Amino acid sequence: MKFLLIMQINNAILDALTEQEREAVMTGHQAFIKALQESGEMIGTQALGDPSTSVTVAGRGGETVVTDGPFVEAKEYMGGYYLVDCESKERAVELAGMIPDARIDGLAVEVRPVMFSSGFEM
Amino acid sequence: MTPSAVEDLLRECAPRVLGVLVRHHGRFDACEDAVQEALLAAVTAWPRDGVPDNPTGWLVTAAGRKLTDHWRSENARRRREDVVAAQAELLVPLAAAEDDTLELFFLCCHPDLSTPSQIALTLRAVGGLTTAQIAASFLVPEATMAQRISRAKTRLRGEAFPRGGDRARLGAVLHVLYLIFTEGHTASSGPDLNRADLTAEAIRLTRLVHGLLPDDGEVTGLLALMVLTESRRAARTTADGAMVPLAEQDRSLWDRAAITEGVALVTDTLSRAPLGPYQLQSAIAAVHAEAADTDSTDWAQILVLYDILDRIAPNPMVTVNRAVALAQVSGPRAGLAVLDSLAGDKRVDGHHRLAAVRAHLLELDGDLDGARESYRLAARGTASLPERRYLEARADRVGQ
Repeated sequence: MKFLLIMQINNAILDALTEQEREAVMTGHQAFIKALQESGEMIGTQALGDPSTSVTVAGRGGETVVTDGPFVEAKEYMGGYYLVDCESKERAVELAGMIPDARIDGLAVEVRPVMFSSGFEM
Repeated sequence: MTPSAVEDLLRECAPRVLGVLVRHHGRFDACEDAVQEALLAAVTAWPRDGVPDNPTGWLVTAAGRKLTDHWRSENARRRREDVVAAQAELLVPLAAAEDDTLELFFLCCHPDLSTPSQIALTLRAVGGLTTAQIAASFLVPEATMAQRISRAKTRLRGEAFPRGGDRARLGAVLHVLYLIFTEGHTASSGPDLNRADLTAEAIRLTRLVHGLLPDDGEVTGLLALMVLTESRRAARTTADGAMVPLAEQDRSLWDRAAITEGVALVTDTLSRAPLGPYQLQSAIAAVHAEAADTDSTDWAQILVLYDILDRIAPNPMVTVNRAVALAQVSGPRAGLAVLDSLAGDKRVDGHHRLAAVRAHLLELDGDLDGARESYRLAARGTASLPERRYLEARADRVGQ
């Protein structure tokens, strides 16, 4: 089963981290990536730029409008993701718990199943 | 011989060759690597030089040499090389005498391996698929699949070859075959061809087990279930990929030859083997297959089969399906009452299938608002895009 582990980032929380904590997060991600590769559960991962660098293309009154900035202004935003292929939702939750972000107050990892493009018989 | 005919022949030979080597040397990982190398050598040599008289023997000899080379290159194993070299000569006559394929299935479905690893290893070791083919079928990068297979092989190092068959593991083998089929049938995205390949491979491997254990009712039942399910493939989706529910399928598109085979398999096994869940499911599939349409379907018989299934292999999804059959026999309210009995069952609570069936029964019962709400709930809960589109369309259609 494929899941997207979405890292929900909050800049205020990140800014408040000590140098040591930030270092721990960085090395924690390297260890996590290595563990995922070794277990064969890794499909891909990407870190995303700050929402201030986003451009949003949206429909407005029947026209397509391009604006600077994210789709939704919020404190939390998607900072990056891991796309994994693992045995069950329980395992995906377990993997999410291994991401260093999940151990920092105010940050979170969202676990969302990936939709299939072909269906079951009713 | 054409390259594709050679490939088919190699895939038939591969599990026997691997079985012979593993039985003699233990060391699943090293033997598997050696067989893959021998298969590659055959792909080059056979179309050029012709297929040898004893293809399995040729492959055993070639793989045995690869093993010898491998061990020769490991200094610490030097003492073994003479033994291996001597054995390689002995293996050829043995290859024809014994078939270790079933034991190979049991080894690949070792209980210590995770289910995805069991699937990957079965496809590679018994199915003879390459890592790239398996990775493509499951839509993961080749590196991911290579790592998964490599870890599974390492895990099996030192495991005894299950000589004579460990029948307790047959259940795991059938489950893995069922999951391979399901992956091809219900599929995770990607080009359609891959998915059809996977159901074909699952059926081929199940035929192999059936050939080895022709009297086992559950093996026969699973094969019948797969063949009957596959017979509906052409009618299950429209040209643009939208889902067509069973009741609306164009039954003239069903594969009659497959239905005849599936019905014969299940009829034969029900008459002489102890009853099991796969046989019951295939019997239900057979009743559907024999009906001209939903109205002339023998729902009473399907209900009886679900009653038995619910008794010998209780599972909330079986209960949900039983509710559908009961609704056909005794009306939607009877079906809804069965669904209500599942309230609070964590295994099925919030599952989209429960909501979808409830929606359908509410619609039949004339509660259109309730049906619409349940269809929408089910649509949001499914992880399948065609199913979501189908459920949303049903919600739109109800009482608008």
